[in-house]
Amino acid sequence: MSNEAVIPDPIRAGLARGWKVIDGAQVDADRDLSADVVIVGSGAGGGVTAEILALSGLSVIVVEEGALKSSRDFKMREAEAYPALYQESAARKTRDKAINILQGRTVGGSTTVNWTSSFRTPPTTLAFWQQRFGLSTYGEADLAPWFELMEARLHVADWAGAPNENNDLLRRGAAKLGIPTGLIRRNVNGCWNLGYCGMGCPTNAKQSMLVTTIPSALDHGATLVTRARAERLVLNGDKADGIDCTLLDAAGLHPTGRRLRIRARHVVLAGGAINTPALLLRSKAPDPGGQLGKRTFLHPTLVSAALFPQRVDGYAGAPQTVYSDHFLHTQPIDGPLGFKLEAPPLHPVLLATTMQGFGEEHAAMMRQFPHIQGMLALLRDGFHAESQGGTVGLTNDGAPVLDYPLNDPVWDGARRALLTMAEIQFAAGATGVQVAHERAPRYASWTEAQKGIAALPFEPQLTRVVSAHVMGGCAMAGAGHDGVTGPDGRYRGLANVSVHDGSLFPTSIGANPQLSIYGITARLASDLAQALTGRPAARPQA
Amino acid sequence: METTRRRFLKTGLLAAALLAAGGGWYRHTHPAPAHGFALDGEARAALDAIVPAILAGTLPDAPADRTHALAATTDRVHQAILGLPLSAQQEVQDLFGLLAIGPARRLLTGLPDGWAGAREADVAAFLQAWRVHRLALLRTAYAALHDLVLGGWYSDPAHWDAIGYPGPIKELA
Repeated sequence: MSNEAVIPDPIRAGLARGWKVIDGAQVDADRDLSADVVIVGSGAGGGVTAEILALSGLSVIVVEEGALKSSRDFKMREAEAYPALYQESAARKTRDKAINILQGRTVGGSTTVNWTSSFRTPPTTLAFWQQRFGLSTYGEADLAPWFELMEARLHVADWAGAPNENNDLLRRGAAKLGIPTGLIRRNVNGCWNLGYCGMGCPTNAKQSMLVTTIPSALDHGATLVTRARAERLVLNGDKADGIDCTLLDAAGLHPTGRRLRIRARHVVLAGGAINTPALLLRSKAPDPGGQLGKRTFLHPTLVSAALFPQRVDGYAGAPQTVYSDHFLHTQPIDGPLGFKLEAPPLHPVLLATTMQGFGEEHAAMMRQFPHIQGMLALLRDGFHAESQGGTVGLTNDGAPVLDYPLNDPVWDGARRALLTMAEIQFAAGATGVQVAHERAPRYASWTEAQKGIAALPFEPQLTRVVSAHVMGGCAMAGAGHDGVTGPDGRYRGLANVSVHDGSLFPTSIGANPQLSIYGITARLASDLAQALTGRPAARPQA
Repeated sequence: METTRRRFLKTGLLAAALLAAGGGWYRHTHPAPAHGFALDGEARAALDAIVPAILAGTLPDAPADRTHALAATTDRVHQAILGLPLSAQQEVQDLFGLLAIGPARRLLTGLPDGWAGAREADVAAFLQAWRVHRLALLRTAYAALHDLVLGGWYSDPAHWDAIGYPGPIKELA
């Protein structure tokens, strides 16, 4: 049965209503377009901005490198989802290939494939931004109304369902050790509790940009161009006249040879950290301080897999519902790296490629698939004096590459994170724990794990590190502080260019970043709409 | 597990120099195919030798079934590579191109004869050595093979029963 027989497809319906969508792969001649505002990227920042600007009466063109896929394409199969919906087939890596990065490349960006975890920017992070980067307007109270606005718009709410066993084991193990946990709020509406958020929501329950702000913007006259890679800003003195795009074939790999130029009064960059600084670097945007692309942050993430006697079925049910911030608060924010604990959904390819080993050793682990519980520790980078993240640069062909050295403070955090996860898993009743490290055997007890992890060498590629969160590279800062963007998201040195995505953040967030991007860019977009129209911005509603 | 240190892998600097020179030579003499990754000859034989070593423990016993499973997986690996950015396809192409050169193969893998006759245990031994090698280049080459082959295997619904994975809800899949 096609899932469209069960689930109406809002994208198909919108196209039938006359949405202006141009598939760049199908364009057979060079083209010119123009609008009040061109937005590069349709993810969290681009989607929010597109809706607010379109509702406020501005003409908007959204440019997306990925394709327009929707519920009828989302078949919950990794073999199809990763190449179709992720940057570099979900195998984007840092320069030395020590960190694998999950980042979306489709209409809706990472919001189309994320796991729905919704956290406001932690107050401790905001306080650090105010103190260290002069972001005086980024107080908890300043941002609260914007988080409220976007939470209402995207149905962010407590999750009524019980955590699946994969998450509940984190809760129970932590409780045994006296470590507090919380429940994760989710941006879903009518969720079926399937567990396949990472492959595109097949029921349109996830309130990603794909089914919320982008359709709303298109209903208000915006134009969406897909399979278009923003190559560079067309600079003219201290202004951008617009952008030049390369159009890509249907697979999104090869340029078709056709080009698209979009002229606009204002340019908003929202391609996400890594891509936004890379676009500015390719454009040779002014960067007198040499800060562009610097301080790009991941949450370097460690993984531990544990074996339980009972079935865990980590593929089934809402993927992330339990977390612990305990270890973000056990030391000063700029002290040894803190980490957030969560559970990842387990699907065959994700587990098989994340966990080390091959041959019989690996096969034996996979045969236990339904009994495996996964845990993640997300290191909070960018606060310790020596954990300053990575640097975005360009390859010879202009593609972005993130150089992300993993140094002692990171490895110190990694070791503590693996120890903590193993201890929690054994406390929850695990019969074995395997941390994602090439030299780690399966440990049969906490004592064995404690000794073993303490003795592991922490080196690139030996310790398996992943990340699904990309931040920074166009860090904002208040007057008198180093930063390539201001607190208003405006690029310093280009009068009509703004950055509205996670690359604005001057540190990592210390939490899954989607709601931080929604709330902060809603404010920036509202201010921008007012500046461009002279009227108060429209308020988006669910 | 500490692998036996093999003589072929002690020559780290030489190996690095050869990797660089050999990769350049290979790229010079084998310009990238216009439509991305392609394998032939010894490069193809290298992949055919590596896949069963990584999948040991999962493959069916019956020879015909095994042959079929290997061919299907190799095809999925190929498809996965073709979905990578062109620069990443070129990197994988370079790796296999290098492995197709006799002296490079001997130096980097210790396999004395061609790929076609390589014993699975010897292939597993060099993979294990690469996995924890002090040259980052070999660790990353191992990691790429690990992800491509295991990803190719477990992305195939034919292999889900064996790990107790029911797959996505049938009504919507």
